Amino acid sequence: MNAMKKTAFPLVGLLVALLLPAFVDTSHLNLAILVLLAAQLGVSWNIVGGYAGQVSLGHAAFFGLGAYTSTLLLVKFGINPWIGVLCGGALASALSLGFGWSCFRLKGHYFAMATIAVAELVQIFFTEWEYGGAAVGLYVPMARTGWLWMNFATKLPYYWLALGLLLITLGVNWWIERSYLGYYFRAIKDEPDAARSIGVNIARYKQVALCVSAFFAALGGSLYAQKELYIDPNSVLSTSLSIKMALVSILGGVGTLFGPVLGSVVLTTIEETTRVLFGGSGRGTDTIIYATLIIIIAVFYPTGIIGWWQNVTRRWASRRVARVEAAEATHSAVAEAK
Amino acid sequence: MKLLEVNSVSKRFGGITANEDVTFTVESGQIVGLIGPNGAGKTTMFNCVAGFFKPTSGSITLGGREIAGLPPEECARAGVGRTFQIARTFTSMTACENVMTAALLSEHKVSAARRAAMEWLAFANLERFADKPAGSMTISEQRRLAVARALAIQPRILLMDEVMAGLNPSEVKEAVDVVLKIRDRGIACLIVEHVLEGIMPIADKIVVLDRGSKIAEGTPQEVSNDPQVIHAYLGD
Repeated sequence: MNAMKKTAFPLVGLLVALLLPAFVDTSHLNLAILVLLAAQLGVSWNIVGGYAGQVSLGHAAFFGLGAYTSTLLLVKFGINPWIGVLCGGALASALSLGFGWSCFRLKGHYFAMATIAVAELVQIFFTEWEYGGAAVGLYVPMARTGWLWMNFATKLPYYWLALGLLLITLGVNWWIERSYLGYYFRAIKDEPDAARSIGVNIARYKQVALCVSAFFAALGGSLYAQKELYIDPNSVLSTSLSIKMALVSILGGVGTLFGPVLGSVVLTTIEETTRVLFGGSGRGTDTIIYATLIIIIAVFYPTGIIGWWQNVTRRWASRRVARVEAAEATHSAVAEAK
Repeated sequence: MKLLEVNSVSKRFGGITANEDVTFTVESGQIVGLIGPNGAGKTTMFNCVAGFFKPTSGSITLGGREIAGLPPEECARAGVGRTFQIARTFTSMTACENVMTAALLSEHKVSAARRAAMEWLAFANLERFADKPAGSMTISEQRRLAVARALAIQPRILLMDEVMAGLNPSEVKEAVDVVLKIRDRGIACLIVEHVLEGIMPIADKIVVLDRGSKIAEGTPQEVSNDPQVIHAYLGD
């Protein structure tokens, strides 16, 4: 029964995702793609930030590296984006070694602050790098379209790509959660010293978490570049993007498989709706929303939407038990009286 | 057979000497109590053996292998299990998952680790908590859970830091029973303890530290009659 309940929600979600394109217009389809992309990033971030508890606020560096790698390979060398995507992922994983080497010396808040600094360095590098388009950015040419070149004139194929990537990322998370890695990550998050005392090399496993997380964030970045057809340091490397990746996870529920997906549905929808409401000039509104959400989560629901939902269902269940017990008590009292 | 040999170990933090030239041994299957007044350097000694501190000088060998200066995870692999003063259980996990995480050291398959974990939970009399979150257990239960977790790495020696502190008499008895059961499995125990009535009856040997140095070593009987020990505990 419990297992059925557990799989029911994700299955319904998957069904909705599969049927959605048949019912929505192009602008809503675009929103759906943005939701899927943000969900995928949240799920990627969750590996190191949620399960292993190393809150990174520099993940835009990996996202941007993925976007830049596949785009540069395509623009400068005509290399197929499918290969470029994997190169971006590999490069981001490689960068994560340096990222981890420098930042994992610090703990907690200091780690988070260091990750901001490293991501900022990467952004400055790309802003100054002439060959990489500098501050002007790069355009993805529309010369060759179709699945072979991951380039389409319509939105629908991007929807399927984003959904596919999200499912793969979720699949990897699901596997990690159940393997020894999942236990080691949670041990590191809960009690690092105790984890060491039972033989867990915490430096190594933090790095493993970061490597996998960086790989998938970069894949998301490449797909974003292929969809938007234009990237610049501000759109793929900014700190607000890093914060969004973390926030999607935290809002939905850190260290849970589907938390980031939920978080993305809520956050991206609010964000895009306000953008429509306040017009293109409403750049500041999303920052206000982020800040408000952070405060609400921190004060009322540190475990996110999933944690809140579990609380609600638990309360329902205990109320039902109490009702049944009360009914039985009156029943037996009545029987005794007779 | 000598299992653990601590040989003239000193540990200094800047100008402060926490351990000065401490030497003692633990034999296979022995229960050794490490006692002393507050600030005697017991926990520092412990952390040196478990790899959390690197001794300033001296050597520590386990079964003939030098382990001084190895990081904690390597000491754990070499066969040193330990518990902490506060239980430090993984509070986001169930009791079973806590022990599984440790069992994964020797067994990377999760299902096999779960089986091993259930055995250790039964050993520590905690089976009924298997699926309960560790955070919801009492202090005494969490301490025993930490012991079960440390045992799941299959150590040759178990270091226990004040497992009996703050427990009521019946909980102390439970803790003592667990220690005796551990010894029966052939695992040596080195126990830092303030609760002397818990450790004295079961220890094969007591090592007394005061102000960083060893002042006495012997059977509980010998040690408790030692004038230096009485002086250290009761003052002039």
